[in-house]
Amino acid sequence: MNIPIYLDNNATTPMDPRVLEAMLPYFNEKFGNAASRNHPFGWVAEEGVDYAREQVAKLIGATEKEIIFTSGATESDNLAIKGVFEMYKEKGNHIITTVTEHKAVLDACKHVEKLGGKVTYLPVKEDGLVDLDVLEAAMTAETILVSIMYGNNEIGVIQPVKEIAAIAHKYGALFMTDAVQAVGKIPVNVIEDGIDLLALSAHKMYGPKGVGALYVRRKGPRVKVTAQMDGGGHERGMRSGTLNVPGIVGLGKACEIAGLEMESEAIRLSGLRDKLEKALTVLEESYVNGNVEHRLPHVANISFKYVEGEGLMMAMKDLAVSSGSACTSASLEPSYVLKSLGLSDDLAHSSIRFGLGRFTTEEEVDYAVEVTKNAVTNLRNMSPLWEMFKEGIDLDSIEWAEH
Amino acid sequence: MAYSDKVIDHYTNPRNVGTLDKSSHKVGTGLVGAPECGDVMRLQIQVDENNIITDAKFKTFGCGSAIASSSLATEWLKGKSVDDAMKIDNMDIVEELALPPVKIHCSVLAEDAIKAAINDFRVKNGMEPIVLEKSHH
Repeated sequence: MNIPIYLDNNATTPMDPRVLEAMLPYFNEKFGNAASRNHPFGWVAEEGVDYAREQVAKLIGATEKEIIFTSGATESDNLAIKGVFEMYKEKGNHIITTVTEHKAVLDACKHVEKLGGKVTYLPVKEDGLVDLDVLEAAMTAETILVSIMYGNNEIGVIQPVKEIAAIAHKYGALFMTDAVQAVGKIPVNVIEDGIDLLALSAHKMYGPKGVGALYVRRKGPRVKVTAQMDGGGHERGMRSGTLNVPGIVGLGKACEIAGLEMESEAIRLSGLRDKLEKALTVLEESYVNGNVEHRLPHVANISFKYVEGEGLMMAMKDLAVSSGSACTSASLEPSYVLKSLGLSDDLAHSSIRFGLGRFTTEEEVDYAVEVTKNAVTNLRNMSPLWEMFKEGIDLDSIEWAEH
Repeated sequence: MAYSDKVIDHYTNPRNVGTLDKSSHKVGTGLVGAPECGDVMRLQIQVDENNIITDAKFKTFGCGSAIASSSLATEWLKGKSVDDAMKIDNMDIVEELALPPVKIHCSVLAEDAIKAAINDFRVKNGMEPIVLEKSHH
């Protein structure tokens, strides 16, 4: 067992050695520009890209012509939201999203607002899921796009994507989903789910950083986005720029492996996740955040009341995890995702996210449980809030001097 | 964020964690911060008849820098007169622990806790609380 233990697989994943192996030839002997149509160097590179396109498409039930390669999910989110807004502005100017989206979606929506668009940011229920009635009530004749993530990066909850798509389509809007955390982890099928646009990223599924894709539906309906990057007209005019051939080959391989191993891996990971969660919620005053039924197999987000997340992570220095604590961000604001579940600030400050992955072992999980339990116990012995709680003092009755 | 060695030292081996009898007239208690803000410090001093701080204890809910700031504060308080304790400035803590700008509020909280503990002690013993001219917030 190597220390520190990596349990932050929602931030990024280590690359699978099989992915690296597939990529390597495309750095040197197959270095050609995939857009060079007039010589074998270009053809070989193009072949690699075409094969990867098929691998990506297969994983999500799409066809290869519907895959646009990008630099990652942030670019895919931007292209989808801004591109749809520009392309469909004759039809309407209203976009619906949720408050728990990734910043790439939220900030792209804010940009659209500056351009005169209207955006509705739906709240979520206490378990992190969208209320379908609230969504339907927000739909208008002007709504062109509903953008709601598949699986949440902080708490792992899976939105009712199929139902959301049906509501969007009922009102003539497109449905886009940021599926970065879900693709490769759980079955995602653009046809069955009714997805019109989907953003995915290689480095969240054991592929390289700096490459991702946007799925753009071609049939029923044929969806178009206005390019946000002008240039040589690559990727059917939707995304100019010389293709990152090694990265794309890596993304393809990562998708292929994920498709083959997803089923058994999801069972293994949810088993380990449940073991971890069960062991840690034995601690008094610890709470699992988010819906525990509809969620990704590899994420556990737990609040340990009366200890602060960053202090806790410092005591868990043998574990690489993340926290919704304010102190981890420059803004000193605790996680907006946890706050939007209605969690009080102190519980948001006390949260730790454990993100398990393909290379996480049971031994590592057992060790993580021990380290976390000790850290929580030690810090509670040092916490004035824990002492007051134990003395039966109602912390809400105290007038805190907020600073 | 990388922590300084001194922060890590105080965090790993905190000095003077604990609780003094807050009902005693010799003990002053300062409770500052708020759970919503992610840090709460409780700092206590015990003062003898010569106005010397003979003991200091803390408990802190917060990040590593907040714990280190309060641990350091208790170390500095022990053996000081109450008047000298009033002179401890948050920037002394920043300097000693090499706190980065984003963590300065931890040192401010420690200074506030010292002053709150002293004032609690003064009020308990029939003295006027000292009006704090400096407001950081």
